Parts: sequence; structure tokens; C-alpha cells
Amino acid sequence: MLIKVPMGVPVARPRIGSAGKTGLWRVEKPVIDYNKCTKCRLCVIYCPENTIDLLENLYPQIDYDYCKGCGVCAQVCPPKAIDMVREVK
Amino acid sequence: MQVLKRKTLALVGNHAVAYAVKQSKPQVLAVFPITPQTTMLEKISEYIASEELNAELIKVESEHSALASIYGAALAGARVFTATSSQGLLYMTEMIYWAGGQRVPMVAAVATRAIAEPWSIWDDHQDFLSKRDAIWIQMMAENVQEAYDMTIQAFRISEDERVILPVMMGFDGFILTHTMERIEVLEDGEVDNFLPPRQFNLIDFSDPIGVGPIATPEDYIKYRYEAMKAMERAKGVIEEVMNEYERISGRKQNGLVECYKCEDAKYVFVTMGAWSGDCKVAVDRLRDAGVEAGLLKIRVFRPFPKEKIEEYLRSMKGVIVLDRAYSYGSGGILANEIKATLYGYRVPVYSVIAGIGGKDVRPRHFQKVIEDLINDNLEEERWLL
Amino acid sequence: MSSLVTPKRIPKFYRGNAACPGCPIPKELDVLLEVLGNKTVLVVPASCTTIIMGDTSGMPSTVPVIHSAFGAPAAIASGIVRALRTRGDKDVIVTVWAGDGSTGDIGFASLSGAAERNEDILYVCYDNEAYMNTGIQRSSLTPKGAWTTTTPEGKREYKKPLPFIIAEHKVPYVATASIAYIYDYEAKVRKAKQIRGFRYLHLLSPCPPGWRFDSKLTIDTAKLAVETGVWPLFEIENGEFRLSSVSKTLLDKKNRKPVAEYLKLQGRFKQLTEEEIKGIQEEIDEMWEEIKKLVKK
Repeated sequence: MLIKVPMGVPVARPRIGSAGKTGLWRVEKPVIDYNKCTKCRLCVIYCPENTIDLLENLYPQIDYDYCKGCGVCAQVCPPKAIDMVREVK
Repeated sequence: MQVLKRKTLALVGNHAVAYAVKQSKPQVLAVFPITPQTTMLEKISEYIASEELNAELIKVESEHSALASIYGAALAGARVFTATSSQGLLYMTEMIYWAGGQRVPMVAAVATRAIAEPWSIWDDHQDFLSKRDAIWIQMMAENVQEAYDMTIQAFRISEDERVILPVMMGFDGFILTHTMERIEVLEDGEVDNFLPPRQFNLIDFSDPIGVGPIATPEDYIKYRYEAMKAMERAKGVIEEVMNEYERISGRKQNGLVECYKCEDAKYVFVTMGAWSGDCKVAVDRLRDAGVEAGLLKIRVFRPFPKEKIEEYLRSMKGVIVLDRAYSYGSGGILANEIKATLYGYRVPVYSVIAGIGGKDVRPRHFQKVIEDLINDNLEEERWLL
Repeated sequence: MSSLVTPKRIPKFYRGNAACPGCPIPKELDVLLEVLGNKTVLVVPASCTTIIMGDTSGMPSTVPVIHSAFGAPAAIASGIVRALRTRGDKDVIVTVWAGDGSTGDIGFASLSGAAERNEDILYVCYDNEAYMNTGIQRSSLTPKGAWTTTTPEGKREYKKPLPFIIAEHKVPYVATASIAYIYDYEAKVRKAKQIRGFRYLHLLSPCPPGWRFDSKLTIDTAKLAVETGVWPLFEIENGEFRLSSVSKTLLDKKNRKPVAEYLKLQGRFKQLTEEEIKGIQEEIDEMWEEIKKLVKK
């Protein structure tokens, strides 16, 4: 049941992408080589933006709409299965 | 016809407000002691210890935290109260604006007191009036009875869904806080009926909201516009609430302004606060001496009752505004507002600055001012030094 | 296994927020909210998180957020928890999520007041070691020697030892954590959730633009801070001091990596001379001697 917020009272409700499509911020894009990926899930755990989802089959999937390209996932990946590929010319 | 014998108590101002607070049943209070409000806090602590009042009293470490903590409690649906004065009111100013801007219903009692430097514990209105732009409703009591009545009304007004604004009740430090008067109080049951259970609540886990985030330039002004409209609506709501209170209590409440012998007056004093009583004495004496004097007492300062003031003062031969606070570099605070209200009318408005820092003001001082006015001997702004 | 790695999990702190690339705050909040659950109220004072929470058009948090003035979050949280307990919400966790500026400086009085009153709140200080939101000015939690815009030659003063100061208030639970040791952080939040009274968590939160390192090194930096002994992971529960996680092995100096490894990774320490780095190493070693005494107790 929604709270009856009086007219003109400043509040906000939860929304994905509150700062827009932050994927547009990227300069480099992380690309997972699923052949090398061992499903250790460290990238899922450590992604600062909570932008890597864990699929049913336990493989990670990056949400490129919002990934900011920080490179932490590539850095923490033990088998180095993630490459940071330059996106912007 | 059954004549209801009202309960009367002899109480000092601080205890009268504490009694009103007890009857209004707030759930969370946070008060930090400051002269001259301390005995109110002590009385409230006694009520809570003896379980006459069932509430949480947060013994905060500063006034800033006092208002911050009741702000939090108010958002979670609790009826809240705090009290402060002078330096404490200034210290909590950031949170005063926070609560006003976010439109959170709450009640604060301000025992008015002069502001340092230099240090002073005595009465003037500078602290109270310095909060006039913070989106709070402001009412001022003339005597202990009004302080009691206004406190109870404040809870009702702030929570009214047409208003949703915090309310400040000002009463003169020492002059009212520490002076004993005989007052009539309502029965506990009557206050319960007068104050319906509080509806305002912004914390609900089925609808998580962020309260008070950043507002872009596009939006911020719209929120302020709504606040302005709420203030305008408050005028009507305040009168409605006071009329209902009048019916219950059997005592005249006077609404936004009180006209004392001003309908047929030629010269009218405009005052706020305790010295209105002294001014009424002066008006009586002047009337006895044949002077057509009157008093317009401002009971509600925010929202400023422009319409009522215009109605009463538009055809006066002279209006003397008594200020117990000053806007340095401009003029008396109340005087500036009265002059702005009477703009366009050919009414001479005189400003008298008196009582600053608690300097004693008697009826004879008021009388002298009118005499000087009549003898064409009164400056535009006079300080009673 | 952490519930962070449940398949098809929707994060509790939404993506697409205003945090800098590599900023650990959204992850830190996601972990916090995952453990605390929906019946949580976040009180957020002025800080980077205020901006990350977005504007009135939408916020990334999935729990109620009460925005607070810079110096007031502990007080606002005190009021909220008292009101919630009064209205019967006994199991709601009221959490302050404050930066080091609000916690150690402007909000220190209200923090100390809330701790002294043993208010039933969880206070999490995410420490990025400067006033980052306003552009990297020093705070009392900036470490000695660090560059900030207001200490361009390196801060001369020591870092305020907040966890110990709060522990001296005799609160039931104080702990430090690092975002690189997520399971340890989770476990501490989980433990704090069960305790009643004032709980304090001090979380190391490296900041790529503020500490001057490439955004990919956030986790590496948080890890080295612990491995070099700069950031000991510990708990003080009812006065009893206990090291946790990897820090348990660091009592022996041989196990601690040289502090220079941590300092060299960050541009904010690049103006340090070898002399100064040696000085910092000595101070860290001294701190561990003190920790030895605390552990023995």
C-alpha cells in the first residue's frame, strides 16, 4: 500500500538507473571469455556497481546498460578471463 | 443547564506548557536545557518518571540533535515536541529549516530570550523572529493561559492535512515562563477528543521512500511554492481550530489577531507577546483620559495575518508598532511587516523599539508614546533607551 | 556461501547510480542491505552517498532513506528508532550510513551522544579518508602523509582512532571491515544485526579519484591495506578485543607486507620521501605492538 505523501513534500522512490544509462560513461568495456571462466563468481561479488548478474547456470553476465567500465572485474578475475576492450575511439 | 466548573490551576508558564504537552500525549520528546526553559524540561521529566506521560524523552547532547531526533521520530509517525530558547534556537536553526522545508508536523515551544553577544538571559523576541523565513507557523502568547491553549492548538494545526507544517509557540522568557498565573485547563478527555490520532508517517516498508533527496532547480521551486500555499491555507485552518477550541473551552480564543478597543480607535498600538497585557492597561488609562486608543495584538506571526491587519488598521490616524526585536540595517521586524501590509493606505506608522535585552517596559512608557504622537512629537523610529 | 551469489539475484542497491566508476559504495550498501533485509531504515548525512542516492526522480536504495544534515545523522537515527519501537516495530534496524567527515568531524558530538546513550542503532562509517564529496579535502580521518587539496604537502596530523574512541564509550559492539574482505564484512553486519544497543562498524572504502589510483584497483587497495597491517580487521565486543580474518595472522611482523606496497599504489602518497615511508612503517609496527597487548588481555 502506497504511503500518502502530502502534496509538495520532496521524496524519491526506488528506481534502477537513477543516474541514467550509466553504460554511456564507459571508455573500456569488460568482455568475458566464457571458455576461460571458471564460475568462481568473484566478479559478481566484487563488481562495485552491482552490475554483474549470476545466471542460473552460475556463469556471470554483465549488464552493459549500466556497467561503468571501472575494470575491477577484470582485475580480480583469477584466470584473467575478462578483457577490457577500448570502446571509445 | 449544567454549569461546568472548569479546573483551575496556578502554574508558572513553563509548567503550564508542560501540562499542555502532557495532555497532548506526544510519543517522543527531545529537550536540551537552556535558561529560561529548563523548568519545563524538568517538569516533563517528572511526568515521564511518574508515568503521567507515556513518552520517550531523548536526553540529547545539544539542541541541534534535539530537533534532529524529533525530526526522525516525526517521520516515523510519532507526535513530537521540543522546547528551547535564544542560543539553543540558533544552534538548531539548520534543523529548523530542515523540518520546515521537508514539511514535517511538530511542535516547538520557544521561551524568548535575547541573543548573545553580549550575553543576556532576559527577554526579547529576536530569537523567535529570526526563524520567520523557515516555513514554520509561529504563534505568540500574551499570558500563561494563552501559552497553555496555544500549545494544545499547535499539535492540531501542524498535523491538519491541509497544513502539514511545523509550529512554533513563543512565550516571553522569565516574564511568562517563570510567572505564576491562575489558568483554566481542559479535561484530559477533552484534549484527547480535540487531538485526533496522528496520521502523518513516511516510513513504511511496503513503500520505501527516500525522504528529502536532492531537488533539481526545476523541482526545488515547486516544492517551495507548495509550502507557500500551505502557509496561506494555514490561516483558515488556524481560525477553524481556534474556534473549535473556543467551543470546547468556553473561553474566547481571538484567532489570528486580537482587537482590544481598536474598532473605534484613532491611535492603535500593534504588539506581540507578553507586553500586550501592559499595553492593554495603557490603553485603558488612555481611554479614561479621553484618548481614542486601541491595541491590535498579533497572535499569529506566521502566516502573517495581512488581511486582518488591513481590515483593522486601514483608517487609523496613527499606528504605533512596538518591537522587541530589530533587523539591523533595516528597522523593527514587526514594524517592517506592518508597513508593508499597510502600503498604499494613508496611515502613519511609527516604530518603537523597546524591551530589547529584557529592559523593563511599563504601561506609562506606552502612554508617553501616544502623548508624543498626539503632540506631533514622535519620530518615525524611536528607541526607548 | 554468501547470499550475494544466488543465481538471478536482484541487487538490493540498484545499478545505474551516480557513483564514480570503481567506487565501492554501491557494493558496500548492497552487502549491507542484503544482510539487514527490508526492514531497515538508512539515515544518510551529507556525503558522497547523498549524491549517489539521486534526486527526487528516483533513488537506488530499496529501503527507506532519511536524508540528514551533515552533523545530525546519529541524532535523527535516535529519534527514528525510539519512534519505531514505540509504534511496535521491534525488529527494524535503523542504520546510519555516514562518511568519515560526518562521523569524525562535524557529526562527532551527535555520534558520541548516541553512543553514550547506547541508542539501539547500527552506525556504519564508510571511511574514504577525506571529504570526498566536496572534492577531496582533508578530514580528521585522513591518514598522516596523505595528499588532499587542503593538505597538498601531505597531512601532518595522525588519523583519529575512531573505532577505539567509540569502544571507550562501552558500547556492545565495535568492528572494522574492508570491502576486499566481503565475507568478513557480511559476518560483522550479521552479528551486529543480532545485538541490541549501539553498534559501530568502521568500513574501509577506497576512493579512486580521491586516493589517486586507477578505478580497477579498488579491491586491490582495500586488500593491501589489510595485508600490510595499515587497516587491522578486528571486533571489540563488550570490551573484548579480537582480531578477525587475515589480520589474525598479522601479529607476526614477518606476515605483514611492507607498507610501501600499499602506499606506492596510491597517487596521494607519491610525495612521501623514503624517510617518511620508513616513519610510517615504524608507526604501523608500533600500532601492532599495542594490538598485541590488547589481544593478550
